[in-house]
Amino acid sequence: MGNLQVVYEVPKIYTGPNHYCPGCFHGIIHRVIADILQEEGWDDIAIGLAPVGCAVLAYDYIDIDWFEAPHGRACANATGIKWAWPDRLVFTYQGDGDAASIGFAETSYAAIRGLNITTIMVNNAVYGMTGGQMAPTTLVGMKTTTSPYGRDPKYAGYPLKMAEHIAQFEGTALSVRVSAFDPQHVLEMKKWIKKAFQYQMEGKGYTFVEVVSTCPTNWRMDPVKAAEFVKNEMIKVYPLGVYKDVGAEKKEG
Amino acid sequence: MGKVFMKGNEALGEAAVRAGCRLFFGYPITPASELAEYMAYRLPQVGGVFIQAESEVAAANMIYGAGAAGKYAMTASSSPGVSLMQEAISYMAGAEVPAVIINLIRGGPGLGDIQPAQSDYFQAVKGGGHGDYRNLVYAPSTLQEAVDIMPLLFQNAFKYRMLAMMVVDGLVGQMMEAVEFKYDIDPDSIPVPDWALSGKKMHGGKKNVNTSLELDPNKLAAHNFKLFEKYQKVYENERMFEAFYLDDADIDLMIVAYGTAARIIKTAVENLRAKGYKVGLFRPITLWPFPDKELKEYAGKTEHVLTVEMSMGQLIEDVKLSIFDPNKKYHLMPYPGGIVPTPKEVEDKVIEILKGGAK
Amino acid sequence: MPKKVRGVLTIREDLCKQCGLCVSVCPVHILDFSKDKINSKGYRPVELTDPDKCVGCAFCALMCPEGVIDVYREIVEVAE
Repeated sequence: MGNLQVVYEVPKIYTGPNHYCPGCFHGIIHRVIADILQEEGWDDIAIGLAPVGCAVLAYDYIDIDWFEAPHGRACANATGIKWAWPDRLVFTYQGDGDAASIGFAETSYAAIRGLNITTIMVNNAVYGMTGGQMAPTTLVGMKTTTSPYGRDPKYAGYPLKMAEHIAQFEGTALSVRVSAFDPQHVLEMKKWIKKAFQYQMEGKGYTFVEVVSTCPTNWRMDPVKAAEFVKNEMIKVYPLGVYKDVGAEKKEG
Repeated sequence: MGKVFMKGNEALGEAAVRAGCRLFFGYPITPASELAEYMAYRLPQVGGVFIQAESEVAAANMIYGAGAAGKYAMTASSSPGVSLMQEAISYMAGAEVPAVIINLIRGGPGLGDIQPAQSDYFQAVKGGGHGDYRNLVYAPSTLQEAVDIMPLLFQNAFKYRMLAMMVVDGLVGQMMEAVEFKYDIDPDSIPVPDWALSGKKMHGGKKNVNTSLELDPNKLAAHNFKLFEKYQKVYENERMFEAFYLDDADIDLMIVAYGTAARIIKTAVENLRAKGYKVGLFRPITLWPFPDKELKEYAGKTEHVLTVEMSMGQLIEDVKLSIFDPNKKYHLMPYPGGIVPTPKEVEDKVIEILKGGAK
Repeated sequence: MPKKVRGVLTIREDLCKQCGLCVSVCPVHILDFSKDKINSKGYRPVELTDPDKCVGCAFCALMCPEGVIDVYREIVEVAE
C-alpha cells in the first residue's frame, strides 16, 4: 500500500454515525463543512449553532464547539457569541423553517447589521423533523401535511427566496444559492461555503449560503429520485447562483 | 469616589459596567429605554459593545449566546418586553447559561400603562417560561441598594450558572438620586469558565456543547433533579431580607413588602411607631430564593400580617405559603395600575386593622 | 510494463444506509449494494463490483452523506 495517493479521506472531525434519513443532504453538507474546517485548521476556533429541525443534533456530528439554539433564534444567539469572541468562526446551520419562518427577523437582522457570521440554510421545501408540513419554501401546488391539496397562494402566498432577500442588504458580503445533487455541485458548494467562512475571517460582513436539498422521506421519494427532483424542479424556483459577492464586485470596479 | 446625582436607569447601567459587563443587547421600551441609551453611550467608552436588537425576543437570545460564550451580558426591559423573553429564559435555565436581566415593571396586563408596578412577581418567581426552573430574583428597594448588589447578580449568575433578574418598579429607573459606586471591576480579571463556547483551542482541544435538549426521558429527569439540587444550594446560601422594627418579642402587625413599596412603608412604620403601635416591616430582598424561613420566624411574633404590593396580590401567596398558619390574619393592600401607595394610606389601614375594623 | 492509475476504496460498511447516491454517480458503474451482506442497521452496504475498473474519481465519496468511503489512487502495472 506504499504508493497510495490520497484522493479523498473523510475528515476526522466528521463524527458519525448520524440519525439522518438515507440520502438526506444534511450528511453531505455536514461532511463538507467538516472538510473545510479541518483543512483550514479552523475547527479549533469554530463555534456552530444548531437549529431546531432534523439537524438539532448536528452538535454530535462535527467536532467543534456547538450551541443549541431555540427555533429560529440562532442568528440572535450568534450575535451574542460573535460579540463575545469577535475573532472566532461563528456559523449558524438552519433549515428553511428555522431561518426563514420563525427566524425571519433574526436572520434578516444579522444581514442588516452586517454581522460577521455565516448562515448555512438548508432549503428542502418542508418541515422535515415535525413530519412534513408546509415550509416558507414549499413549491406552489406541492402537497404537504398542512397543504394537503397543494400549496395554495391564496392562503399561503408564494415560495420565499431567501438568497435573493438576504442579497439586498448592504451588510451582506456574500449571498449564494448552491446544491449538492451531484459531485460537481458538491464541489461548488464546498467552494462557496469556504469563501463564506473566508469572508467572515476577513471581516467582510454577513455571509449566507442557501443549499437546495432533499427530504426523501417527506417527499415520498427514494434518495436518487429526490436528488433528481432538486435538479429538475426545485432549481426552477430556486435558481442556483451568486446573488451578492462583495469580493467579485471589487474586482470589477 | 463620592456620590453622583444620577437618573436611576443610568445608574443601573453604570453599575453593570462597573460590575464588569461589556455586552448589552436591548430594545427600547418605556420605562427602560434610558438604560439602553446609557449603555449605547457608555460601552464604547470602555471597549464594550452595545447592540440594539430587533425585538426583546432577539435581545434575550443575544444574552443567551453571550452567556453561553462565558461573558457577562445584560439586557433591560419592562413587563411586556420581558414576556417576550420567557422563551430564552426557559432555555437558559435548561442549558444553565448565566446572564442578567433587569425588569423595570409597569402596570399591566397587556399594554397597560407606563407607571410603576410589581405585578410581574409571578412571571419572575414562578416562571413565566415553560418547564421546571428557578431564576435568582433580586428586588432592591432603593437605587443605592440596586447599585450595591449589581456585581452580586453577575457573580452569582456565573457561580450558579443561572439567570439573575433584578426587578424594580419603573419608578426606580426614572427617579434621580445620589448614588455611590463602591466598586470598579476589570472585565479582564473575570475568568472564562471551562464550559464556555470559546473555540476548542481555549479548552484543551475538546469540544463544548451548550444545549437544553435531552431526548432521553431518564436523562432529562436526572437533569431536572440536578437543577433542583443546585437550586437548593442557592436557597441555602443566597436568601436576603431586611427586618425593620421587628425586634420586639411581640409585634402588633407585620407588614410584608418589597421594592419601592417597602421604601414607602418604612416611613409609615416610623410614623406608626411614633404613635405607639408596635409595627414592623419584613422586606424580602431576594424574591427567589424567598426568605420563607425568616419570614415565618418573624411572623411568629404577631397575629396580623399585612402584605402591601403594587399588584392584585402575588407576593401574598408566598407570604401565606411561608407562614403556613391558618390562625393568623392575612391582609392585603393591592395597588394595581401603576398607582403607588402613600404612607398615610398604609398607616390608616394598619390602624383600622388593629382597631378591629378591617377584615 | 505499461502502468495505469487505479482507484482504491475504503468502505465503512456499518455506516452505509443504502441511499444509492454513490451508485447513481459512479461514472464506470462499478458500485452496487451487496447481495449477501447486511450491516448492523439492516442495510445492504455498497461494494465495488469490479475493483480494477475504479478510476479513483471520488464522485462516490463526494456524494456520500455518511462518510462511508475514502478514496486513494495507486499506480499499477497492467498486462499487455
